[in-house]
Amino acid sequence: MTRFNAFSLLKNAVTGHKGWTEQWPDSQPKAEYDVVVVGAGGHGLGAAYYLAAQHGITNIAVIDKGWLGGGNTGRNTTIIRSNYLYDESARLFDHSVDLWQTLSQELNYNVMYSNRGVLMLAHTVHDVQSFKRHVHANRLNGVDNRWLTPQECKEYCPPINISKTSRYPVMGGALQERAGTARHDAVAWGYARGAAARGVDIIQNCAVTAIRRNPDGSVAGVDTEKGFIKAKKVAVSASGHNTQVMATADVRLPLESMPLQALVSEPVKPIFPCVVMSNAVHAYCSQSDKGELVIGSGTDQYVSYSQRGGLPLIEHTIAAISEVFPIFNRMRMLRKWAGITDNTPDRSPIIGKTPVKNLYVNCGWGTGGFKATPGSAHVFAWTIAKDEPHPINAPFTLDRFRTGRLIDEAAAAAVAH
Amino acid sequence: MLLIHCPYCDETLPEVEFTYAGEAHIARPENPSEMSDDAWQQFLFMRDNVKGDHFERWRHLHGCGRFFNAVRNTVTDKFLTTYKAGAPRPDLAALKEGQK
Ligand SMILES: [Zn+2]
Repeated sequence: MTRFNAFSLLKNAVTGHKGWTEQWPDSQPKAEYDVVVVGAGGHGLGAAYYLAAQHGITNIAVIDKGWLGGGNTGRNTTIIRSNYLYDESARLFDHSVDLWQTLSQELNYNVMYSNRGVLMLAHTVHDVQSFKRHVHANRLNGVDNRWLTPQECKEYCPPINISKTSRYPVMGGALQERAGTARHDAVAWGYARGAAARGVDIIQNCAVTAIRRNPDGSVAGVDTEKGFIKAKKVAVSASGHNTQVMATADVRLPLESMPLQALVSEPVKPIFPCVVMSNAVHAYCSQSDKGELVIGSGTDQYVSYSQRGGLPLIEHTIAAISEVFPIFNRMRMLRKWAGITDNTPDRSPIIGKTPVKNLYVNCGWGTGGFKATPGSAHVFAWTIAKDEPHPINAPFTLDRFRTGRLIDEAAAAAVAH
Repeated sequence: MLLIHCPYCDETLPEVEFTYAGEAHIARPENPSEMSDDAWQQFLFMRDNVKGDHFERWRHLHGCGRFFNAVRNTVTDKFLTTYKAGAPRPDLAALKEGQK
């Protein structure tokens, strides 16, 4: 693997870019691993990377039924923020935002993290009260977030319509300046490259069909399309399909898989300097470095594994965007798609041990997983390596649905994340 | 756009008239005070999240307002049938035969 630096870039530029070597090999499975990670998205690849880089465990396979980064990692709207209400969530997501700041340097791979700011618009008195409560709670937790007047919102993001006569007038906004976006594919590629360089096998197009267990109930390995692979530990990070994978080990999860749609416009010159979210009208928007507006909203309402979603939701989303940004109402949309998100009842993730010995799960990220990729991967790797949760993910147990100690971000935000 | 048949109105109508109401045939506990935490967890939170033919509830919110049950394939999103609340689970094999 060639390290990226000014010298290697220059050298390859003058030699016609013919000297670059592959970033990671397409591996075939070995008979046995210390850890098998199911799911080669950002969270799974990241966990393998941190296991290798920080815990000295390098005999690892990351197995995916498709291409790496081909699931929700490649399907999200790349928004990164940590302005969550509860202490547990604020710690988890802000840990991630901390890691985002230097992730490109750590991985020697440009993930194009851009802390362009995330502005959440308030349209009703209830919004104003709720967002101000968030601002105060965040600041007490050391998470940056501040209140903007409508005029300040307009100055921060000129395309916003702040007319008092609009259907959903802007009454202010909460701005997290350290938040922003990153290049989603590059996150998967960067972690894959970093993990592979430390000896991790990345096995693509090889579905895990079952988790196999020893007579004492502990994990024995995984059955795959390419045969049985023995493993001391198995870590599942399969987003929309966690229910199916974990069911093969007799672990039931409190998840419902639903399509989350996104769409992009035709590319235009830079016009949109930040990320804007509006919970009341339910849409969010940013502009990619290619110039496309990247637009999303909440999930479709029903359980589905079709990576497609329904048009009524898109219509609703576009109506909201046209209302808040009238300047965009003649823009043409280029394409839309959906990812299958696994949603928990309290809209907080589950990261930790399971009732099965040596089986770990990182699931339930719902509609908000991308932003958490580095933090989630980091604490998941810790949990796998030490067989105990990191203090940050300790509250995010599967057991909380038995004890009732929920982390109810669903009630806190009343919106998809 | 899904088209959904309301078994009460006996009409097939667009999805926007309906709201999804989760997995069907989850019976409320007979004796709540005798339930263990494990049983509550299963009742309240654990779901089959089926990839395939899924028994689920819908509500005809912007119509008659009533809850009913449906069988829908969660891969194709195609409805196999809808039926009134309280009716037993339809026989899946017979339904699939009818689709051919
Ligand atoms: Zn009806």
